[in-house]
Formats: sequence, C-alpha cells, structure tokens
Amino acid sequence: MKKIVHKHPLAIRWFHWFNFPVLTCMIWSGLLIYWANDVYKIGWNNKTLIKFFPEDFYKALHIPYHLAEGMSWHFAFMWLFAINGLLYILFTIFSGQWRFLLPNKKSFREAWMVLLHDLHLSKYTPPQLKYNAAQRIAYTAIVIMGIGSLLTGLAIYKPVQFSRIAWLCGGYAAARAEHFILTIGYVLFFLIHIVQVIKTGWNNFQAMITGFEIIKPTVQKASHE
Amino acid sequence: MSRSSSSLPEESISNKGFVAKTFIAFLVFGALMIVGWSTFKWINMQPQEAGALKPLRKTLDFNEKVFSGIFNANHLVKEYPVSQAVKRVRVNGMDGLRDSVNEASWRLKVVRAAGDTLQLTLNDIKQLPKKDIVFDFKCIEGWDQVTHWGGVPLKTFMEHYHLDKQSKMNYLGLVTPDKGYYVGIDMPSALHPQTLLCYEMNGKPLPVNQGFPLRLIIPVKYGIKHLKRIGTMFFSNNKPADYWAERGYDYYAGH
Repeated sequence: MKKIVHKHPLAIRWFHWFNFPVLTCMIWSGLLIYWANDVYKIGWNNKTLIKFFPEDFYKALHIPYHLAEGMSWHFAFMWLFAINGLLYILFTIFSGQWRFLLPNKKSFREAWMVLLHDLHLSKYTPPQLKYNAAQRIAYTAIVIMGIGSLLTGLAIYKPVQFSRIAWLCGGYAAARAEHFILTIGYVLFFLIHIVQVIKTGWNNFQAMITGFEIIKPTVQKASHE
Repeated sequence: MSRSSSSLPEESISNKGFVAKTFIAFLVFGALMIVGWSTFKWINMQPQEAGALKPLRKTLDFNEKVFSGIFNANHLVKEYPVSQAVKRVRVNGMDGLRDSVNEASWRLKVVRAAGDTLQLTLNDIKQLPKKDIVFDFKCIEGWDQVTHWGGVPLKTFMEHYHLDKQSKMNYLGLVTPDKGYYVGIDMPSALHPQTLLCYEMNGKPLPVNQGFPLRLIIPVKYGIKHLKRIGTMFFSNNKPADYWAERGYDYYAGH
C-alpha cells in the first residue's frame, strides 16, 4: 500500500505543460523580431556592460534576418498563450486553487525564511502546504507578468486601437521595453524554477505529470516545488 | 483559511495501482509532447504562401479580420507639438525610388475605372486644404520617431475628385512610377482622417529619399505601408498586390 496526496489537478498540469512550449515559441519568435532593432543594453554613458544581445548569441541561434518569420509565429502563437493563460486564471479562481497560490499576510516574511533555508543559511523549515511562501509569491508574480506581457504586447501591436493600454504602459517605446524586460524575467524565472525542481527531487517533479505525490512516512507531506 | 482549503486530498492505493497510474500518466504526457512537437514540425513543413508558412499566413489573415473588425476611425493617432519632431528623419529603404524624378513631368495617375484615368500635377494637389501632422512614426522593425508631415487628407482628396463610388470599394492600391514598390490599403484605414497624400516634411518639400514629390502618410499603419513617390492610385474589391506582404509580412500591418 502507498499513501498518495493529490497535489495538482489535471487542468493545472495541462495549463502548465501547454504553456511551456507555447511560451518557448513566443520567446524565440520574439527574439527574431527584437533583432531587427536590438537597442537595449545595460550600461551608462558610453560604457556598455551587457548588450542585448551579443553577435555570437544571434549567430549561434540563427536569429539574424528572420523578422517576417518571427512576426508570423508570434502573432499566431499569441492566441494560444493568451487563451491558455486566461483559462488558467479562470480555473484557479473557480476551483478555489487560488487559495494555494495567492500570497497572504504572512507570505512575505515567510518567503525570506524560505530563501535563508534554501541557501542553507537557516535550519528552520518554513511551513509548507502545497506551496511555500516563496512559491506563492513567485507563481503569483509569473501570472501578473503574463498579464503584463499580454498588455504591453497589445500596446505595441495596436497602439492606436488600444491607445489607453499604450498610455498605461507609458507610451509605445516604453511598452516595447517593458515587453522585453518581462521576457528576460521569464528566462530568469525558468532558470531558478529548473534548479529548484532538480533540487527538490523526483517525487515532486513527477507530481506535475501524474498529479499525485507519494507521502513518505518519515518526511513532511508536501515538498518544495 | 478554512479547513477544507488548507488540506490536499489524500488516498491509499495498492502498489500495483500506483505503478499503473504513474505509467498511464507518463504515457499520456509523452504522447501529448509528441503531438505538440509534431504540430510544430508540421507547421514548419507546410508550403509558403506569400513568404509565410501557410498556417501562419492563414492566422495573419484571421488576425486582420479580428483587428479590422475593431478598427474605429474615431480612434486618432496621438499628435505632438511641432517642436518635438526630429530633424534627422530616418530613411529605411529606397525601393521604388531608384529612377530619377522631376516635378514637371510627374503626374499622379488616379485610375477611376478601366480606361478612365485622372492625371494630376503636384500643384493640383497643393490647391486642396492642407493638414499638418506630427506623430510617432512606427516601423515593424521596432523603432519609432516623432516626425512632422504635411499634405492633403486622402479623404478630402477623394471627396474633392468625386471618388465616391471608388471609396465604397474594399481596397486602395498605390504603385511607384517604376512599379518597384506597391501597397494595398483597406479602405477604412485609407479614409482615416489622419491619412495624408503628403508633399511636405518638416515644413519643406519632401526630400527625394522621403518620396518626392508625393508620398502616403498613414499613421494607423506601420511604415511599410507609407509608400514613397506615388505614381498610380487605383481601387479594388480584392487585395491589391503588396510588396512586403509578398515577402512574408502581415498584409494589414495596422495599429
């Protein structure tokens, strides 16, 4: 006999795994578009610290001279990204799953404890239900970022028909920069996410596919990711 | 937090049942991943239509339907004070401008119907009420520039020359004198109050590399639609040929 806990509903697993390749396609096609006017950099005055992106990076990924191709993919897959994301939000609202996801009053203090714990600076294990406080913040932030990508994207795509959205973004050029920064945010999120999933182990990872996790008699019931 | 929301459902199952459930879940997951990957591969293997993979071209056409459906002629492009217009205006292409041009021999040919072409000089066009616009010119490449243009609104032009029947058609086509560059514009965008037959930039006649003697300025579209050096104007219910739409870009290219 095994004791299992049903952790991720089927719908959430679907939204997660559907989003993954779609967002990958959006980021890739976005790069093809961005290349045509790759003006962003981190630096000051004439000094450039990081240029987005170095020539070698473009060459390795075969980015140059694919603007039209990038736009055709981007403006097709935007529908899948938007619809899947909106369905996810609706599902979390109506299923009550939002209770596991939204940060609460204690979350911000607890998230700090999670960080110290994860960096092995503290032995105290913060309380964990389905998600710990840091996860609640991260997984809520990523949804807000998704909404942000949708809005800044619309502001660039149809700045006249959606002039109010463009205004909210601080104008057309600002919306483009925000759209870009959000994308960098996804990449950083992805890297941290992968490290955390690997660290947390198989039982946690497979739950995103099977939906359930084995409860080991000696270990706390729900683990990290 | 209520009790019911703070706990996840638990269950005891046999080892066999556990293995079966896990196996099925991974099988379905793997199958779906293969379906996803195959879909991507399938799109990539489709023939191109006007420079874009066919399913993507179909989606661009679908997007055109959606976004021309919400197009509202009362939504105006934001205008800026003249002082904000840049002095060095970007030139992003010389297609259709390679021949020489002179004002004396240049004519705007307006094809009202087959065999019925109106020929106008630049002076004829300058007689019509002039409008100046300073707006944020946007290129599909991603850059934008606040620029200052002057000319006659296309809507005013069409009314003046009694092109009422023509304005009820679906599209307006423009071609350079050498036929090297050509665009098709949906009529609602063409008749937008800020669309200009433009002959001035920064208060002076257009430079040659900006389309002297007459160009289109259509702020509700990306730069690819702002054809420089208009030779012929015609009207059609079918989509006129479009230079960049033949090269994989969105036909509508509207804001």
